Amino acid sequence: MNLLLVLPLLVPLATAIATILLSRAPRAARAASFAGAAGLLAASGFLLSATIDGTILVTQSGSWPAPFGISLVADRFAAAMVVVAAVILAAVVAFSAAGIDAARERFGYHPLLHVLSMGVCGAFLTGDLFNLYVWFEVMLMSSFVLVSLGGERAQLTGALKYVVLNLVSSALFLAGAGLLYGSVGTLNMADAAVALRALPAQGLPSVVATLFLVAFGIKAAAFPLFFWLPASYHTPPMPVAALFAGLLTKVGVYALVRVLTLVFNRDPGFTSPLVLWIAGLTMVTGVLGAMAQTDVRKVLSFHIVSQIGYMLMGLGVGTRLALAGTVFYVLHHIVVKANLFLVAGVTRRVGGSFSLDRLGGLLGRSPLLAAAFLVPALSLAGIPPLSGFWAKYLLVRSGLEAGHGAIVAVALAVSLLTLFSMTKIWAEAFWKPAPAHDPGASTPPLSVAERASLLGPVLALCAITVAIGLGAGVLFRFADGAATQLLDPDLYIRAVLGTRGGGS
Amino acid sequence: MRSVILASAARVLFPLLLLFSVFLLFRGHNEPGGGFVGGLVAATAYSLLALTGGVESARRLLPARPEILIGTGLLAALGSGLVSLAEGRPFMTGLWGETPLPVIGKPGTPVLFDTGVYVTVVGVVLLILLTLQEEDEP
Repeated sequence: MNLLLVLPLLVPLATAIATILLSRAPRAARAASFAGAAGLLAASGFLLSATIDGTILVTQSGSWPAPFGISLVADRFAAAMVVVAAVILAAVVAFSAAGIDAARERFGYHPLLHVLSMGVCGAFLTGDLFNLYVWFEVMLMSSFVLVSLGGERAQLTGALKYVVLNLVSSALFLAGAGLLYGSVGTLNMADAAVALRALPAQGLPSVVATLFLVAFGIKAAAFPLFFWLPASYHTPPMPVAALFAGLLTKVGVYALVRVLTLVFNRDPGFTSPLVLWIAGLTMVTGVLGAMAQTDVRKVLSFHIVSQIGYMLMGLGVGTRLALAGTVFYVLHHIVVKANLFLVAGVTRRVGGSFSLDRLGGLLGRSPLLAAAFLVPALSLAGIPPLSGFWAKYLLVRSGLEAGHGAIVAVALAVSLLTLFSMTKIWAEAFWKPAPAHDPGASTPPLSVAERASLLGPVLALCAITVAIGLGAGVLFRFADGAATQLLDPDLYIRAVLGTRGGGS
Repeated sequence: MRSVILASAARVLFPLLLLFSVFLLFRGHNEPGGGFVGGLVAATAYSLLALTGGVESARRLLPARPEILIGTGLLAALGSGLVSLAEGRPFMTGLWGETPLPVIGKPGTPVLFDTGVYVTVVGVVLLILLTLQEEDEP
């Protein structure tokens, strides 16, 4: 039980160490990297199977009892997030075999991938706000290097915006954590939740909640501070972009959900409307930004922003069904979004460009790739029976039940515009005849090894999307269970603090 | 520009700094010091050599390439946490030996952790400094 919680941190760390030590033997390093990703997948699977019945696993690292030491906690939501993170890492590592250049591999690409995953898993599993800050930094440091690795001019411009905005967010997070520690004397989430009950719900707790909202909002690329994302995510190589697009913003969403349901849950009259406004504006600005773009990567980047709005919508509505919708949405979205970026990578390899103006005729050249694009694209737009439909259905229904008609209308309109964007990529890159100066005409056909490495992960992620769509009931029951846990913070608090936390 | 005074001083300072860094490392458990500061001081010793005698002279005296140092250091730190797992206690629980050793006192997993930090810091700082300086040297 104790081991299950630390394995998702130890496996990536051990893999990172192995790949550093093997830095002069690229083949061995690649094999170690793949083995590590598979190991993380197995470890996360064990973690999920131990929490799926509603058990909340807790370990106090270093044997220091909570709230003095760092608690690692896994409930259903956290465990499921670790599983998807592991899935995405495995897909990205497999894709990198043919999708990343040798120079980047030599300069620490594989170690950084695994350190990044360690940061992501740590952020999901920690039960301590300062430790969450540390995992954010672990994640950011490695992503700073990954985003600028290669040193192309465009990459460095993108990296600068990425770094500056994320440092601002870290500073706000730290300020919030400082204020919270100053007022309740603890940063253990469960302990802080108990201590805050003794304070009035308004006043300082609201200030701290807002600071966290802004800090995590920046990380999640929510309105209004989202512009760093479309400015940077199209610059690194596509496997890196896929990992970022799938996981990093969702860590921000996860942290928001965790903090607002567990620690700052006593003043929903203040936080919920705020979150709903942010959600609506995020959806709309993201999708409008996407419509103006003609670079596949930029279209996809803006759609990350718009999709974050849906996840926040569930949090803002705040009922059990809505939170289940958020959990469902996050899990489905990570798979779909990472997949779309990988598909963009293959499109570049086969079609020779990322620009919709210059692409064309890919349907004829690679029907398999076209199919692999359609699955995540239609799922993103919410076409039944794919996973995105059920995610949106849950959110819309919960919104209507709770009487939030306006945000539901926005969500539906935005999903129509998403469909428009996706059909635009489909029509331009795949359907229209190849342009006169086809940049894809000179690209060599995919070798067998490339097919396995590039299309294999893409098709596997497509299969997951279809499976979620067809077996939506299973995932819904799970998400509902996760939402029940989120809405009853006493479960979490008792698990971490033992009998002392049985407060209310 | 090469300064004779600095070059001769560096030769004397190098072993002293290394010794001092080890002192800081072991002192760190209960008093100011520790793996991080110790590692920085050790890295200073090597960078002093690199400044006076060129990057090659510093690399010659390093036990391994900086990347390998980073990996080994992290491995030591990870290993220190694993010992308690093998004993069935939570990860990173500090375990201490019974019989004190001369000079360093009771051996325990936190010492191993701090040594790991020390080696990692030396590796990271030298990886950055030596790479930057190599670009400057013709």
